[in-house]
This record gives sequence, C-alpha cells and structure tokens, in this order.
Amino acid sequence: MKTFPRGGVHPPENKKASGSPIEVLPLPKVVCIHLAHHLGAPAEPVVAKGDAVKAGQLIARSTGFVSANLHAPVSGTVQKIEPAPDSSGYKRTAIFIEVQGDEWLETIDRTTDVINSKEMSSADIINRITQMGIVGLGGATFPSHVKLTIPKGKKAEILIINGVECEPYLTSDHRLMLEKGEEILIGAQLLMKALQVNQAVVGIENNKPDAIRHLTELCNRFPGIRVEVLKVKYPQGGEKQLIKAITGREVPSGKLPIDVGVVVHNVGTAFAVYEAINKNKPLVERVVTVTGKTMNRTANYLVRIGTPINELIEAAGGLPSDTGKVISGGPMMGRALPMIDVPVTKGTSGIVMMPVSESNRRTSLNCIRCSRCNSVCPMGLEPYLLMSLGEAKRWDDMEIAKVMDCMECGSCSYTCPSGRPLLDYIRLGKTSVNRIIRSRSK
Amino acid sequence: MSATNLLTVSYSPHLSGTESVQKIMYRVLIAMIPAFAVSLIFFGLGALVVTSIAVVSCMAFEYLINRFMLKAESTLWDGSAAVTGVLLAFNVPSNLPVWMIIIGSLVAIGVAKMSFGGLGKNPFNPALVGRVFLLISFPVQMTSWPKAIESRLAYLDATTGATPLAILKEGIKNGQPLSELMKEIPGYAQMFIGNMGGSLGEISALALIIGGLYLIYKKVITWHIPVSILATVGLFTGILWMIDPGKYADPLFHLLAGGIILGAIFMATDMVTSPMTPVGQLIFGAGIGLITCLIRIFGSFPEGVSFAILIMNAFVPLIDKYVKPKRFGEELKNG
Repeated sequence: MKTFPRGGVHPPENKKASGSPIEVLPLPKVVCIHLAHHLGAPAEPVVAKGDAVKAGQLIARSTGFVSANLHAPVSGTVQKIEPAPDSSGYKRTAIFIEVQGDEWLETIDRTTDVINSKEMSSADIINRITQMGIVGLGGATFPSHVKLTIPKGKKAEILIINGVECEPYLTSDHRLMLEKGEEILIGAQLLMKALQVNQAVVGIENNKPDAIRHLTELCNRFPGIRVEVLKVKYPQGGEKQLIKAITGREVPSGKLPIDVGVVVHNVGTAFAVYEAINKNKPLVERVVTVTGKTMNRTANYLVRIGTPINELIEAAGGLPSDTGKVISGGPMMGRALPMIDVPVTKGTSGIVMMPVSESNRRTSLNCIRCSRCNSVCPMGLEPYLLMSLGEAKRWDDMEIAKVMDCMECGSCSYTCPSGRPLLDYIRLGKTSVNRIIRSRSK
Repeated sequence: MSATNLLTVSYSPHLSGTESVQKIMYRVLIAMIPAFAVSLIFFGLGALVVTSIAVVSCMAFEYLINRFMLKAESTLWDGSAAVTGVLLAFNVPSNLPVWMIIIGSLVAIGVAKMSFGGLGKNPFNPALVGRVFLLISFPVQMTSWPKAIESRLAYLDATTGATPLAILKEGIKNGQPLSELMKEIPGYAQMFIGNMGGSLGEISALALIIGGLYLIYKKVITWHIPVSILATVGLFTGILWMIDPGKYADPLFHLLAGGIILGAIFMATDMVTSPMTPVGQLIFGAGIGLITCLIRIFGSFPEGVSFAILIMNAFVPLIDKYVKPKRFGEELKNG
C-alpha cells in the first residue's frame, strides 16, 4: 500500500460522523457572503441593497485571474453590504441576503438525475468553471480555474482526485464519495478533458474501505480513472505528499504540482465541477461535517454558503456544555473560531467541537532535542531550529533553512513531547520572510 | 447571537500527541532496570547504596537549585534528574564513598546541567561531567573496582581488583605478552553476562543490550548512535588485531570490556547532547568509537569512553550545522 515516504503522524481518527448520511440543512433566515471568500483578490459586488436575487444568481464578480465569482446561495433580498466578522474574527465586507422562499434561476437543473453527456471543449469547461465560482473545497479555497490553466511550456499528465481526508474528525468527503461517487467521477472526467490528460487517480486512505469499494466498482465504467488505496498517514492530503505517494514524483521546493505534470483537485471540487457543467449550478452549497467528541449527534449537512455556523451546531443538538473550542475545518489545520455566528464559506469542510479538557495547549517546556519534530516533518525541515531562529527573529537564517517550504500541517507541534509551539514560530517566520522576499522583488 | 461559553482561540494544530518528556525519561529509567539488577547480583549492597545516594542527591540538587537559585518552577518530576543520578551511579565503582557521590551529583546537576539553563540546554552529558570530575579529583577511589560476587555484602570495605582493560594496560606497559594477560581475564561468556570488575552499571553487556532494545522499541533512541559506536570500535580494533594479534586484543574483547556498551546505549544517545539527524548521529558515533580506541590503545588511561563522548558532545552544534535532513523536493525526481 502506498504512502508518502518521509515524516507524518497518525493522530486518533475520531471519524464519528462517517456513518451519518448527508442531510439537507433547512434554510437560514439570513445568509452572509464575504467578498474575500477565496484565496486571491476579493470579488466585487454586482448587486445593491434592496435588490431581489434568485438562488444561483451572480452577486459578486471576480476581480482578477486569482479570484472567483460569488453567487446568491438563496433567494431573497439583499439586506445590506457591510463589514462583518469572518472566521478570523476580523470584519470584512460581506453581502447579507434575507431569505425569501427558495427560488432558483431557471437555467439550473436541480434534479438528482445523473447527467453524463455534455460535449464541451477544454476551454469551454475551464470557462464554465470560472463562471461558476468553483474554488478548491479541501479548505484552501484556491480558485480552481487557475489550477486548470496550464502555463506555457508545461504539460499536465496526471489528474489526482484527492479523497484522502486525512484530518481527524472530518467525514464530508467520505460521505460525498459514498453518496455522489458517480458524479465525482463524471466531474473527474470533465477535469481530465479540461486538462487534456488521459489518466486520473483517486487517492483514498484505507480507513474508508466502503468508499474505496464503491469508487473502484464505478471506475470500471470510467476508462482512465483508477482508485489508489493509500496507507493512513497525516498529512497525506497535502498536495505534494499526495503526489509523492501516488506517482513517486517530488514537487521541487518553491514549485507547483504542474511542474511535475500533476494537477490535484479535491473530491468535493470534482463534484462541484460536475454540477457546474452538467447541471449548470454555481458553487452555492457544500457538505459540512458537524462533530465533536462530546456531541450526542454528529452529522454531515448539505449547507448553503453563508449559513451561520451556529445554525449547523443547533441542528446537531447544540453546543455541548463542556465545549472549550470550536474549530472550522479539521483539528490539525483548522481555525479556532472566536465566535460561532460567522458564516459557512466555500472552504468550510467541518465544524469540530472540542471539549474544554482538550482545548488548552500544553505548557511549553525546554526543547530536549529529541528530534521527533525533524522526523515527522513531511517536508524534511528542522522545526526545532526554525523555532529557535524565529524566537531570535533571524529571518534570513529561517529563509536559508527553507521555512517557506512549510505547509503548516502541524505535525511538529502535535508530536513535540515538550509541548512547544513550533508551528507558531514557523508561521511568524513565514510571514516575515514572505515580506522580505516581496520587498526584494520591488 | 453570542455563545454562552467563552471559546479558546489558538492557532492550529488543535491536537497534541501523547508523548511527554516525563514518559521519555521514565522509559529510560525502565530500560536501566536489567543493568541495575545485574549489578545488584554482582556488587550487592554497594550497588544499592551508591545508586540510591546518587539518585537522591541529584534530585535534591535539582530541586534546591530550581527553588532557591533559579526561582523557577520545579522540574523534579520530569525524571531527568533521576536518570542523571542512575547514570552517574552506573559510571562509578560500587565502593565509592557517599560524600564523593554527593560531590559528583552536585557537579553533574549543578554545573553541567542547571548552570546552562536546565534540561535541554546542557551541551555536555551531565552524568559524564560528574564522572570525569570525580575521576580527575579522586583517581584512586575512582579506579578501585570491587570484585564481582566476592564483595556482594560489602560496601566501602569491598575487596577490589583490576578491570580487564586495566589488566591489559598495566601488563602491556610492563612488557607482558598479551596471551599471558588474557588468562587473567574472565572468559568472554562471563564478561557478556557481567561477571567482571568495573563500574557499577557497565559490566553486563547482556542487560545493557536488553535495555537498549527496549529503548529502540519504544522509540526513545534510534539504532544509529549505538551501532555506529560499536561498529567503529569493532572495525578499528579489528584492523589492529589483524595486523598484530600478539600485541593488540581482539575486537570482541574491546566491545565487552569497559564501558563501551553502556556509553553507546545510554550515555551517547542522550538526546540533549547528540546530533539531530541520523547521518549526524552516525558521524557522532564514529567519532566516539574512534576516540575511545585511541585512548584505550595509545593513551594513558585504560578506558576512554567518557572522554570520547564528552569530546564529541562539543562537536554536536557543528555536526547539526552542516548535516541537514534531506529536504522534500531538494532534487527533481520524476517517475
């Protein structure tokens, strides 16, 4: 069984919600869509206060190549466009829509019939993906059309569909593969066509045997697509690790997957691409896992973008009384929410409630140079060294020590027996080094 | 809508593993049980007294220095002071007077560890600094070795004899042929289980190897340092032995005699004072093996493991500066 060769950890999986089928969450009263919704430039509103909108209608336009369109996830009236806190707690401009009924644009096919017959050219597919505001649904929200636009002189050879879901607790991709497997593979076919490649590999870790069986069976009907079973190891869902595990190719430091002829998309993204192309439906909803060790009920909800997170928690039985931390995303790379009434975004893969007993960090002790951070770092970095350089603000030395290669998987901090905040200092270093690199090129 | 609970906000990761400094140190203590048991069998009372005094005084000094000099939080129960105590005891004869053990503990904990900032900051192995301090200050008491088994019920009044290495060193200096000297030395099987003179914890290769395997199994240490040290010693002494077997002892003797196995498994692998990368650890181990052989064969001391480890401790920052892990994506690999 394949996996990436160096580093990695295996935190307890706690995938409690893997048996809960996807449920449709009732519509909220108001949705809130931030303009800076994705990685890259914020979108620009094309609606104004008081406008009536239908679900699926464009409400904010992409403002550059690395940017994405936003569509109304519900029908109703634009209530206001003003700053509101996002998951970081900072206020950023957002469009508020008061929900009235559930009226969709007529062009959108809302049936569950599986359609697999659209004949489109590569350029048309990419164009449609751009129009429909598709971004990476694994959590990074990188606009998908950017990854599909192959730079001159480079050639894509393999498409990898990321069904790894290596974060503990999260099960949204797992459920999607079980319930929308065929749609995902059609989406993968469309992506293959867009990239003009003839092979695609769906990477799934072997803790999801039902999804592996289901997709392997379906693959018989999809020539060129196969399932690769991977040994469970975090962070296998990281692009570079997944490429290494499946193809053996190593993306060079500072380069992109396309430099080794690979493009990676999440299973959720493949599903969104299917809906965008074959159902004419923009990205306005996604599956979100709501879970936690002390939650009585865990669930996977199909949620409209912009729904306040507390409505998901209420639907799953409310915040347990011992909650100490609410995480948007997985517990390894997700973000602790300062407030729970912030909205679901295109990148929200899960909401994880952590009990008080697991919410506080351990006391940080002296480094005992045990070298565990070195050995778990999937990028071959030296977290202990980066931390001490960070404490001393030696940014130049951090750059030499390849701090920019860090993808912030958190394996180092997770594994440190002294409970040292290694990743905090590495992040600090990345921010500072990034600033230095930018000022250099000016 | 606002949450009724106050939420903790911190950066990811929001999970932490189950490893702790304490667990690591306690595993080291567990790994030393077989060697301690063997020394109780062979040295009896003396082993018990020396080890208890060393552990208690190391822990006491750590507590007192934290409490009254550094005014820092107590690090007593992380287990590192106890480990230093046992290791110090393992490196001295079982008839060492109490006051000397206490001085050794003070040097180990006070000078070699706490003055640098406590656990993790010390460049040199504390137990070895304590040991070498005692060796230089009290050379007579530090080189009088109680005889195994015979002196089981004695402490200070134990009958003493020479260690195999000392027998060899003295004999060769006096011009005796090696073949004759080897007759005075216990058989290799006896040396392997530990029936010979020597420091309290160094005698039994068997018990030390059992402890070492446990540490490797528990992932406290890796194989790199011990294997590299033992292989270097084997290779170096092997070459000399092949050149002139009448003058140089065979590699097996060098591996079983003295503190090389204790040093390789428990002293050199101290994570604080050894390199971070596997390649660095191999270099570190090779250095220790080489220096040990040079001291044993050409130096004036019969044994050189402690000095070798301390010397190589000084090279650790240099090794870590130049030996880096292989970065992901360092070289372009396709296919």
